Amino acid sequence: MLMTRDFSHYVKDVDADTAHLDLAVEGVSCAGCMAKIERGLSSIPEVTRARVNFTDRRLAIEWKKGAINPALFIDRLAELGYKAYPFEPMLAEIEEASRAKWLLTCLGVAAFASMNVMMLSIPIWVGTDMLPETRDFFHWLSALVVLPSAAYAGQPFFKSAWQALRARSVNMDVPISIGVILALGMSLVETINHAEHAYFDAAIMLLTFLLAGRFLDQKMRQRTRAVAGNLAALKAETATKFVGPDEIREVPIAAIIPGDIVLLRAGERCAVDGVVIEGRSEIDQSLITGETRHVAAERGVAVYAGTLNMSGSLRIKVSAAAEGTLLAEISRLLENALQARSRYVQLADRASRLYAPLVHITALLTMLGWVAFGASWHDAIVTAIAVLIITCPCALGLAIPAVQTVASGAMFRAGVLLNSGDAIERVAEVDTVVFDKTGTLTLPELDVVNAGAVPPAVFELAGRLALASHHPVAAAVARAAQARSPLADVVEEPGQGVRALLDGEELRLGSPSYCGAEAQALAVMSEDPEVSVVAFSRGEQRYVFAVRQQLRADAKDTIAALHARGVVVELLSGDREPAVRHAADTLGVAIWRAGVKPADKIAHIEALKRRGRKVMMVGDGMNDAPALAAASVSMSPISAAHLSQSTADLVFLGNELAPVVTAVDYARKAMRLMRENLALAIGYNVLAVPIAILGYATPLIAAVAMSGSSLLVMLNALRARRVN
Amino acid sequence: MEVMVILVPLALALGLLGLIGFLWSLKSGQYEDLDGAAWRAIADDEQPPNPAPVQHER
Repeated sequence: MLMTRDFSHYVKDVDADTAHLDLAVEGVSCAGCMAKIERGLSSIPEVTRARVNFTDRRLAIEWKKGAINPALFIDRLAELGYKAYPFEPMLAEIEEASRAKWLLTCLGVAAFASMNVMMLSIPIWVGTDMLPETRDFFHWLSALVVLPSAAYAGQPFFKSAWQALRARSVNMDVPISIGVILALGMSLVETINHAEHAYFDAAIMLLTFLLAGRFLDQKMRQRTRAVAGNLAALKAETATKFVGPDEIREVPIAAIIPGDIVLLRAGERCAVDGVVIEGRSEIDQSLITGETRHVAAERGVAVYAGTLNMSGSLRIKVSAAAEGTLLAEISRLLENALQARSRYVQLADRASRLYAPLVHITALLTMLGWVAFGASWHDAIVTAIAVLIITCPCALGLAIPAVQTVASGAMFRAGVLLNSGDAIERVAEVDTVVFDKTGTLTLPELDVVNAGAVPPAVFELAGRLALASHHPVAAAVARAAQARSPLADVVEEPGQGVRALLDGEELRLGSPSYCGAEAQALAVMSEDPEVSVVAFSRGEQRYVFAVRQQLRADAKDTIAALHARGVVVELLSGDREPAVRHAADTLGVAIWRAGVKPADKIAHIEALKRRGRKVMMVGDGMNDAPALAAASVSMSPISAAHLSQSTADLVFLGNELAPVVTAVDYARKAMRLMRENLALAIGYNVLAVPIAILGYATPLIAAVAMSGSSLLVMLNALRARRVN
Repeated sequence: MEVMVILVPLALALGLLGLIGFLWSLKSGQYEDLDGAAWRAIADDEQPPNPAPVQHER
């Protein structure tokens, strides 16, 4: 059969004769790698541009259209030692990137204006013998610089405030916008009237500080998205499609339509939903149902995306999504759970709901108070606006985003990616963690459990033989033996195993019957009903390897650590009772349930929530997706089914479970710092507001107070980098 | 004080120049790969191009 790879789906046209392809590249770790890749690709004559983006671990290639098959680039990168995957940026990521760019532009404009206004303001503050005409001139120049800059750079706040007001609610941007606009308007009126004080500098400085906070926040989010996007590309969702009776082509999932026929070979993970039309095999559905026992697949049986084909090749006719009863059920549950998901009110919004009215009432009372004490309306209004400027939530606006940025950066380095912005606050409140078993507490990959019972030399030989097989169980043997060099002339007998000749002796690896080791296999399986077995024979010698999903190495410690933090741990699994009981006993989890259906998982979580518990669900399977959505906050390993991963609030990397504890620790610390920062910001107001009410808030005092409090909360936020 | 007539516009013009420079650098994508830029600075210089492909004018 002829096999070609078709990447035309990913190739974009730059202009009439240049084509463009984005690749996510694994293993780029230093300047040498960048130079090697760029030189290696630029030496292909038709390539006009090859540039590595080190931050995102991506590569952009442009070449003369029609001259080369893009698959060549991937081969070339493989020769250089890098794995590359074609890449299609998600819409959300493009939006995040353009928003970050916009915020940076606004920040640049605001910073430019702040710096230049300082040049004009400092002479006014220190020049006590300055002529009124000169002062007016400097005020006018300040207005010239600040008014257009603020109109441009303030847009992120004005727009958000306007949206909130139109929805009849209040967010942090409402007091910010009102404060800035009133300060600018009042300063302009004062300048026209040749008055002594104008607050152009304070207003633009406020915008600069706040924009810095917003930009950092956005940058962090964008980075998380980029990593998530790369991981999606690395998971290489392609399918092998028949384009002729025996011509096949590897195409991205996006290019597959219902009715297409795809080939699923042994050891491959199915990427589509469909029905088997030819072939016979066993299917591992553990990612979908949590059940570790394999299901027989033959003509007419439905298969789902995410399942693993164990032994034979299958031809599958692609059906429209969610035609299968199980998937349809899961999507229905997921939809309901997402709709019912109560919107969590973020700490910042709760704070601003209290803060905004308080500030505006204080300003109003200040004005009325001064009038009552006989001041002119002009002086009363100026003082009231000074109160607004002083209370403008500069520190408050930074207090929470700064902590979130630092904490999410620290979590990112610890292998935890945030999918949603308010996840940190929700993780901090968690008091119950519900784990799924298969793929979450256990490793997603199979592993040999009785390696000690087999002589090392035999193990190594079996591993080398296993390299020739596509069967996942054999692959586990090869991995466990760390085999590198395959044996020569290996014959594969479909559905049976592989054999080869070595020094005149026949080696066989495969089913127990194929190797004549049924008795030993029965003995191994009676000890642990969970295992899959694969037998190995060399001449007359017989060995049996027991293969199963192992618990994550640090699962027990992680659960103990969660208990130590006062968190209740539960285990809910779709797997059979003996398997779940065994895992729960090993890990010291007292509360567990087996054979749980997706709907029951939701019901259980809802019941916990009704009892006032804050539940974190940690799961990976498709069957967990509705439960992930129903929980207060959810987490998935990176190996999770696509649906679960996009539903989860956090995603963790690697083979360890420790990130679950890390996330809780960082989130709790971050929450504490956010509260501290809010307290600092309020403390600042308690000190500064009386000064403003009494009418002593000159532009100099406003500028010093504002930058001082901002720096204080920023420095405090940096403590979120470490937990101890 | 007449010197201000020259100095103040000059200072503002310089500031504006800085802003334009910043916006240009942003537009030309210089902030898209900050980590990579740090590494590129210490990378070895380009070796003399080995059989360099002839760049046709386009």
